[in-house]
Amino acid sequence: MTTQQTPPPATPTDGPEPSPAAGATHRRSAVAPGAVSLDLAAQAPELSNSVGEYLRAWVKRIRSGESGLLPVVGGLLILGIIFQVKSHYFLTAGNLTNLLVQGAVFVLLGMAEIWVLLLGEIDLSIGYVAGIGGVVTAILAAPPDNFPWWAAILIALAVTAAIGALQGALVILLGLPSFIVTLAGLLGWEGVLLYLVNGHGTGGTIRLSNSVLLDLSNGNLSPVASWVVMVAGVAAFGAVTILRDRHRRVSGLVAPPMAVSVAKVVLVAVAGVGLVLITNVNRSVIGNLRGLPYVVLIILGFLAAWTFVLGRTRFGRYVYAIGGNPEATRRAGVSLGWNRLWAFTLTGLTAGAAGILYTSRLGSISNNIDGGTLVLYAVAAAVIGGTSLFGGRGRMVHALLGGLVIATIYNGMGLIGLAADYQYMLTALVLLAAVTADALARRGRAKA
Amino acid sequence: MSIATDTSTPGLAGGAGGPLLGLRGITKTFGAVQALNGVDLDVPAGQITALVGDNGAGKSTLIKTVSGIWAPSDGVISWEGRPVEVHTPRDADDLGIATVYQDLALCDNLDIVQNMFLGHELLTRRLLDEATMEKTAKQTLADLSVTTVQSVRQPVGSLSGGQRQSVAVARAVMRDAKLVIMDEPTAALGVSQTAQVLDLIHRLGERGIAVLVISHNLTDVFEVADRIAVLYLGRLVSSGPIADYDTQRTVELITTGGSSTRSDGNGTGNGTAESKD
Ligand SMILES: Nc1ncnc2c1ncn2[C@@H]1O[C@H](COP(=O)(O)OP(=O)(O)OP(=O)(O)O)[C@@H](O)[C@H]1O
Ligand SMILES: [Mg+2]
Repeated sequence: MTTQQTPPPATPTDGPEPSPAAGATHRRSAVAPGAVSLDLAAQAPELSNSVGEYLRAWVKRIRSGESGLLPVVGGLLILGIIFQVKSHYFLTAGNLTNLLVQGAVFVLLGMAEIWVLLLGEIDLSIGYVAGIGGVVTAILAAPPDNFPWWAAILIALAVTAAIGALQGALVILLGLPSFIVTLAGLLGWEGVLLYLVNGHGTGGTIRLSNSVLLDLSNGNLSPVASWVVMVAGVAAFGAVTILRDRHRRVSGLVAPPMAVSVAKVVLVAVAGVGLVLITNVNRSVIGNLRGLPYVVLIILGFLAAWTFVLGRTRFGRYVYAIGGNPEATRRAGVSLGWNRLWAFTLTGLTAGAAGILYTSRLGSISNNIDGGTLVLYAVAAAVIGGTSLFGGRGRMVHALLGGLVIATIYNGMGLIGLAADYQYMLTALVLLAAVTADALARRGRAKA
Repeated sequence: MSIATDTSTPGLAGGAGGPLLGLRGITKTFGAVQALNGVDLDVPAGQITALVGDNGAGKSTLIKTVSGIWAPSDGVISWEGRPVEVHTPRDADDLGIATVYQDLALCDNLDIVQNMFLGHELLTRRLLDEATMEKTAKQTLADLSVTTVQSVRQPVGSLSGGQRQSVAVARAVMRDAKLVIMDEPTAALGVSQTAQVLDLIHRLGERGIAVLVISHNLTDVFEVADRIAVLYLGRLVSSGPIADYDTQRTVELITTGGSSTRSDGNGTGNGTAESKD
């Protein structure tokens, strides 16, 4: 992969420098001492640990169209209030846990879609690619193959990753629009899915009988383990956030003030405690069903991993760069092809994982899975969360929040007895609002 | 590898070791448009070569062939005396060519640091080394006296035209290139920033780095350049040491291709001057 190309030395400490005259002293000798102090002075207000300064910058960003997570979190709260007023069952622990499990598939599909959306591309096929992930897992785990559950999952993910790579290769090598290639995928993979289900299943479904696979979406940690895992997760997040921000402040780099770092961690801690309090309530009428669903951990695991790859690796950087300005990225010596191919591959892989969770929740996969609606929900989740359809802007957490919005609509509408017709219409309105916000923000930026 | 730096004592003209970059018969056609027509040009190490010409003369097209944006339709590029193939920007980069493009080629969604290191990210343990990159970027901007940006973590899309240009220039000079090409690097800059960039070009030359700079501002050209090359309708009509030119003659070459006065400023004895018609 291209990200392994070694760049020419760019710092004095960065390896042997072939040209003696222009080498290690280059940058230093170019320094005009006066200019340096001037520059640092100019940076000072922005580095000051003042919360007020930070908030002012934040308000400015929102005004210029970079509203961040504010709209989607606000929307989530408003939807929650509306549904709670309409149905007192909505905010019960049992329903909220159910909502999380329902939302998991939308969230993961949204993350799959974000990989290609960041490039400025789209993948319409992920609904059925997810279906294939579920089907392959189900077939391999059942007789006569009887693969162990982990092998079934790994093979299924390899298959869906390969599907993503194949579609990506068609887009990249032939220069075809991803819209068209994946539209063909939407049809073609549904065909493959029908072929597999009808060939291996009975009555148009393949059952899942492996208990580990069923537990992925239906099992949960014990209440005690839920607390332990949550505390460990929040502690890890807190340590990473606080230490990183502190290190940046100490080194004189751009960083948020201490109070803001702490506030972030407190917010996550509150969310974590709330999550465990809710999921640890017994939600079964007859038996005892308590604890954090595994699926929540799976989702958070993907969120952490993909956020890390996007934020900390060269490949992640290039995904954003290609989405922002492909020609500039090419001129910077970056291989567009390989990086785009990897992004398409990760889309396929993540979609496969979503399909496995989907199959696990239903306990089977049938030939009437609606991959068309699933992909629309996936795009909607990403865009509602704040990822741009125009490429270059978005984060994995957008899929989490956008997916929760969709799951809330889906769940809440069901509770108050409104059927699919109203669900679709409301989802459409929310999606339109999100896309409009995206387009307006883009126009605002263009004007600025 | 080190021929260029060995032979070019700072400030000295010419150089017996031959030019750093040599172009022979470079031709480029876009469909029916012939943008370049058999251009021969030498860019010596440690010298500042100004490339001038009217709008549409083919200046940007010429530097794009050298930078690997597109292949020439015909002609040979040689580097340190050896013929080379420059198929991709990465090839040019590997040779040691850094370019500031006329359209700047920045990613608006990335911040200043990310743009300055795009394609050359520093890594520690295979992960992005943001701290070192941010410090280095800040230092380079300070060298250029770019003090007006609020934060190096600002997206480039939120910068003014001049600030964007400063980022593009900083990006090119930050790396230890042997040849820095700048396509109208001061076009959007204010008075003090322009002076800084011209000063920077001087300093690059003093350090033995070759600079090929395109500019429409002849005052700047005469202030900074050691050599001048004039393109007219895709042909190189004249080139030589700056001492052989004055503003009036240069303007004439730019506007008419020198058809009225046969150039006699070539061949001043150092063997690198070229003339073509
Ligand atoms: N990608 C392209 N496709 C077709 N024609 C092109 C292309 N790029 C440049 N040209 C043509 O080549 C000629 C030279 O253009 P070029 O951009 O090199 O001029 P220039 O000397 O840089 O002008 P300016 O001073 O305005 O920047 C022009 O006639 C232009 O129309
Ligand atoms: Mg030009």
